[in-house]
Amino acid sequence: MGSGSSPCASCRLLRRRCAKGCIFAPYFPSDDPHKFAIVHKVFGASNVSKMLQELPIHQRGDAVSSLVYEANARMRDPVYGCVGAISFLQNQVSQLQMQLAVAQAEILCIQMQQEPVALPSQIDQHQHHHHHQDHDQKSLLLSNSDINSIPHQYFSSFASPSNVIQDPLKKESLWT
Amino acid sequence: MISNNPTRCAACRFLRRRCPQDCVLAPYFPSSNPERFACVHKIFGAGNITKMLEQLPVHLREAAADSMFYEASLRVEDPVYGCVRIISQLQHHILEAQSEILKTNGQIASYIAQQQLQQQQQNVVDGASYQQDMQISEYLGVGSDVQTLANDSYFHP
Repeated sequence: MGSGSSPCASCRLLRRRCAKGCIFAPYFPSDDPHKFAIVHKVFGASNVSKMLQELPIHQRGDAVSSLVYEANARMRDPVYGCVGAISFLQNQVSQLQMQLAVAQAEILCIQMQQEPVALPSQIDQHQHHHHHQDHDQKSLLLSNSDINSIPHQYFSSFASPSNVIQDPLKKESLWT
Repeated sequence: MISNNPTRCAACRFLRRRCPQDCVLAPYFPSSNPERFACVHKIFGAGNITKMLEQLPVHLREAAADSMFYEASLRVEDPVYGCVRIISQLQHHILEAQSEILKTNGQIASYIAQQQLQQQQQNVVDGASYQQDMQISEYLGVGSDVQTLANDSYFHP
């Protein structure tokens, strides 16, 4: 070994000399052999090498992280890989958006119910003395029953994804 | 002797080899779509695709090939993050939606608490004015007594 230091995880797995400018060495240290093993199994060392060579150096770290992520997902779910996680998360987003819509509709209901409702005799007196009581007349026309039925229309059943990665990659948040 | 496919599949055509009748890749990489195999081969490699598909039961291989093509095309489009970018965006959307829901639920709870407080205050006022009415009635006495006084000639000479 030219460098004198231990070979990187890639060269150790591939049983070759770890040259000084080894493209894998910065990203696959010898103390984590599993990381390269996974990536090699799914993508292949030569494909990873080609992909890294096509990228500027400052982007290679992120590229390796995302490849490791994908490779792990594919190992956990050999049929759907990351696509299973995407499907699961899309489903979650839809459900949460529905929940949010329901909550916002409820707020609307409450706000409309809280509008001042004046009695007819009071309206007559006010109209005699003031001229800005139109909103009181409008509130008498509002019907609670129509508004309260709206939120229930949002409820529907959701089909669960056919293949789900149960621990959707929560611990690896690559971007803040 | 293994007979060959009359038309080589996209994989075998790309790899310039004979396409056997039992070619693992042929059902999922038809010759009509050469770009599909080229894309998957660029990212995963033909050997890895074959190995991965062979390890799966036949009824799951189509889904696996489709998902690999999807991942590969996203990786070709975005060589740094691939499909992981979408996952990150979705996780971000989930956090945002959860935060909005919490905020909205908090507002709902606040409105309800406000309504209850107003109702309680109204009950106190109503209760107080009812008691006041009762006290006045008791002070004035029963209605017929009042009428008797009114009719008394002392008041109406």
